[in-house]
Amino acid sequence: MGIFSKLAQGLKKTKEAIAKKFYSLFTGRALDEEFFDDLENVLISSDLGVEATEQILERFKDECFERRISKAEDARELLKDIMVESIDYEVAPYEYPLIILVAGVNGVGKTTAIGKLAKYFKNKGKSVVMAAADTFRAAAGEQLEVWSQRAGVRLIKHEEGSDPAAVVFDALSSAKAKGTDVVLIDTAGRLQNKKNLMNELSKINKVVERECPDADYRTYIVLDATTGQNALSQVEAFDEIIDVDGIILNKMDGTAKGGVVFAISAERELPVIFVGVGEKIDDLAEFDAQTFIDSLFE
Amino acid sequence: MGAFSGLSERLSHIFSKLKDKGKLTELEVKGAMREVRIALLEADVNLSVVKQFINNVTEKAVGEQVLKSLSPAQQVIAIVKDELTAVMGGDSSKLKVADKPPTIILMCGLQGGGKTTMCGKLAVMLRKQGKKPLLVACDIYRPAAIKQLQVVGKNADVPVFEMGQIDPQKIVKGALKEAESKGYDTLIVDTAGRLHIDDQLMDEISGLKKTFNPDEILLVVDAMTGQDAVNVAKAFNDVMDVTGVVLTKLDGDTRGGAALSIRAVTGKPIKFCGTGEKLSDIEVFHPERMASRILGMGDVLTLIEKAQNAYTEEEAREMQRKMREKTFTLEDYLAQIDKMKNMGDVSQMIGMIPGMAGKLKGQDVSVDESKMKKVKAIIQSMTPAERQNPDSIKGSHKKRIAAGSGTTIQDVNSLLKQFAQVREMMSRMSNIGKRGFRMPF
Repeated sequence: MGIFSKLAQGLKKTKEAIAKKFYSLFTGRALDEEFFDDLENVLISSDLGVEATEQILERFKDECFERRISKAEDARELLKDIMVESIDYEVAPYEYPLIILVAGVNGVGKTTAIGKLAKYFKNKGKSVVMAAADTFRAAAGEQLEVWSQRAGVRLIKHEEGSDPAAVVFDALSSAKAKGTDVVLIDTAGRLQNKKNLMNELSKINKVVERECPDADYRTYIVLDATTGQNALSQVEAFDEIIDVDGIILNKMDGTAKGGVVFAISAERELPVIFVGVGEKIDDLAEFDAQTFIDSLFE
Repeated sequence: MGAFSGLSERLSHIFSKLKDKGKLTELEVKGAMREVRIALLEADVNLSVVKQFINNVTEKAVGEQVLKSLSPAQQVIAIVKDELTAVMGGDSSKLKVADKPPTIILMCGLQGGGKTTMCGKLAVMLRKQGKKPLLVACDIYRPAAIKQLQVVGKNADVPVFEMGQIDPQKIVKGALKEAESKGYDTLIVDTAGRLHIDDQLMDEISGLKKTFNPDEILLVVDAMTGQDAVNVAKAFNDVMDVTGVVLTKLDGDTRGGAALSIRAVTGKPIKFCGTGEKLSDIEVFHPERMASRILGMGDVLTLIEKAQNAYTEEEAREMQRKMREKTFTLEDYLAQIDKMKNMGDVSQMIGMIPGMAGKLKGQDVSVDESKMKKVKAIIQSMTPAERQNPDSIKGSHKKRIAAGSGTTIQDVNSLLKQFAQVREMMSRMSNIGKRGFRMPF
């Protein structure tokens, strides 16, 4: 919860924050056409996208009518419930040995997320090894090395430009030999339309499935909360290759609040697993739909 | 498929429906504008910008003169294009150069926007223009950021100045001394990514502005940013009074709505955009050309510039002849693939050809290394006659070629198909010059 108070703090800092928009929207107004137009604007400005906005709005209007709600204050909790419901998924608990593959486009914070995840599992008393499979970006391995030291976990790293699948193979072998609980795989950022890089990712995926068929294997896509509707196409492209299990929503400490997860949810059932709210090693929280929505409104 | 293609597909579709009608009623224009609104919103154009845009276009388009003209649809499209160009800022703008060197370019932006890579791209661009740039490493927070800039600098063949993780003020001061003693005329200062609401870090960077009064303060913005792009741009502009914006990652399939919004909200021009992972993948931002690209009208000028960088004049003349006479063969194709690689992403280039954006959607026209090897093997397994006249290749020939190159008949087929596409693209290119510019709708 502490992390979400931090989130709320970030929100307070900015006039443009969604929370403020919601607040003024639900204060002292009648539920008329103008109200619904304004609500539509707030939702679209929050990156929910046209389709998810329409879906939520339609349900909201229907239920307001059915329950004969006429004042905005009374409708507030209803909207929150609808929004929670549209992104709330049951996620199976982790089993160990656990392998997490972290992928995403450039600059969303994959390496940072791996650093935080390492600490997260270490706090749970698990042993962790990182695989530096971003052998492409300049100094990515060094960046991960710093994180491995901060988290106090092992790192398997090859030279820059080497085969990422080989790094993963080594990390998995090392984990098997030492009985390590968690393997975290960092991958190079790639724009979803770069075919050969996407093929490379598929190769990594195959190595994991072949080498550790019995491990609990999760594939996460990291999204930048400031990303707009392009996130849909990111999810779609990565899902096709690594069958994405969940989302890590990063950079939630900015003014954007990742409204695009509603758009994603409207299209496919994909849960958010973690949210990143800063650059420190503990700035990672398990996602909880209710808390997330509360932080948008309060 | 390259920048803006998603948006341009949507818009082409909307306008082609308009064009089917000889005459337009006010209602029809308004209906089309509703669809344009959704297309823009899905491309992450800021809501208030969209509203303004739609109002302006509708107002101009439903005027008597437009609706009663001979080709109302064309006129409406022209209005949309003009308005798009205006929103993105009219003319392209150049980098400012200091009266007394060194020129200081300060880069700023959120985390992960691509500042460090863009520093390298600017450095390469300036070096090619005969300047002597120096990269200055002021990201003292992110692990290995300095190392990353050093690697980028090495690839860019531009020196990097760093003093480790100390106060950026001291680093820039040191860099100025270095520039003076070694004759560097441009400093490109890479800074740490920061949130626009992080007061402490914003103070740090505005301190750099106060002390050194940079000639250019460039805000680096990820083209995939959603509705929040304008908040970020506004906040940075309020503190830094930036001189321009650089859009990065325009090579994803981003619809790039941020490009439309930022200029409208901050009034600051977009100066450059990053269009790929190589350090040469930087383009000067031309609003008018980008508007054409968004509307699926292509961007011939940029395409020609790219080609000019890859071909000598003589090669170009020879190519032109072959394209015109349609004597372009598989052997030429093989030689061209390498050239094309230097020009950038093939699908991106195709998107610049009038009428082609969207036509090849879903078809793989990208060039990758392993595929190139295959292509080479296949072509080399053909007889000279077959290379000259690929249309003559029949089933049994394909079998032989596949066996000879260690590939499958499907591979051979897909190569022939791809070749046909390229030839089509080339004859279009050479015809653009002959027929003049034609609306693709």
